[in-house]
Amino acid sequence: MTSYLWMWVAIVGAGLLAWATKYAGHVVPERFLENPRVHRIAAYVTVALLFALFAVQAFTTDGAIVFDARVVAVAVAAVLLWMRAPFIVVVVAAAAVAAVLRLIF
Amino acid sequence: MARLNPGRLSLRGLDPARQQAVSVSVATGAYAISFGALSVAAGLDVWQTMALSLLVFSGGSQFAFVGVIAAGGGAAAAVATSTFLGLRNGFYGVGLAPVLRPMSGLRRVWAAHMTIDESTAVSLAQPADDLEARRAGFWWTGVGVFILWNTITVVGALVGERIGDPADWGLDAAAAAAFLGLVWPRLASRPAQAVAGASAVLALLLTPVTPAGVPILAAALVAIAVGWRAPKFRDEVPE
Repeated sequence: MTSYLWMWVAIVGAGLLAWATKYAGHVVPERFLENPRVHRIAAYVTVALLFALFAVQAFTTDGAIVFDARVVAVAVAAVLLWMRAPFIVVVVAAAAVAAVLRLIF
Repeated sequence: MARLNPGRLSLRGLDPARQQAVSVSVATGAYAISFGALSVAAGLDVWQTMALSLLVFSGGSQFAFVGVIAAGGGAAAAVATSTFLGLRNGFYGVGLAPVLRPMSGLRRVWAAHMTIDESTAVSLAQPADDLEARRAGFWWTGVGVFILWNTITVVGALVGERIGDPADWGLDAAAAAAFLGLVWPRLASRPAQAVAGASAVLALLLTPVTPAGVPILAAALVAIAVGWRAPKFRDEVPE
């Protein structure tokens, strides 16, 4: 199969797994998920994956650690988040900062 | 919960649950434009981008899927990361079940698909003794976000297709900022900050020596290690 077809398989697979996860929550007996350890790990998994995604997206290129315009852009994003700016403002500001820096240098 | 900023929209004639549902739907739907653009920048086409929003329908999982692809990871790593990030939705279902039951089979299939950060948050924000408001909050937010999220995804994907090199427009930085924005509300507690810091260090250390996608999945090990033992104080665990 081509990589294009594999991508479709992955998308449909991700969709089915996402739905199955949600559905499981609606039908499992509550005591299965009452285990505090399961709760803690689930909460931390969200933080761990999202922050790892952030780090890889911000500081790596093609398998190497790279510091470029993105560093300034995410610093601006962090300040905006700290100031409670809306999500879309944060994302657009980060893009603008990186784009302008690359235009200048 | 993802960001909830009901804003100051005036929606006269609607009760509080439905008002919140509409404003949350608009605020959440708006950032589908960044998802659409980033997905195309990662190399997916417009149809694939639309399919992700329709089928996965969970912002964090979708951003993660295209983030792994953009980093050069394989399809399997993208599916695994997306699924791990969607695990929290399973817990939302547990919280919503007493609100939504009894449900027929088909209705439950659809309710499961609508189970996301926003629909759960609006539903459970209504008074506990007002079951009707909680149900309205869930369905109105779920369906409202679904309609707007999918519509605006298309707009983002079409815009993203026409702009040439994504880096010239800072879209790589935008993706990083999006992940930071998604995780930000969950970083309030010390243990959460420690998990985040350790995950970033581990992912960066692994990046030069493992295939793309692995560094991100490895961060889940940090979560297991930290979450295994009970915290000293109960309120330290993030939602």
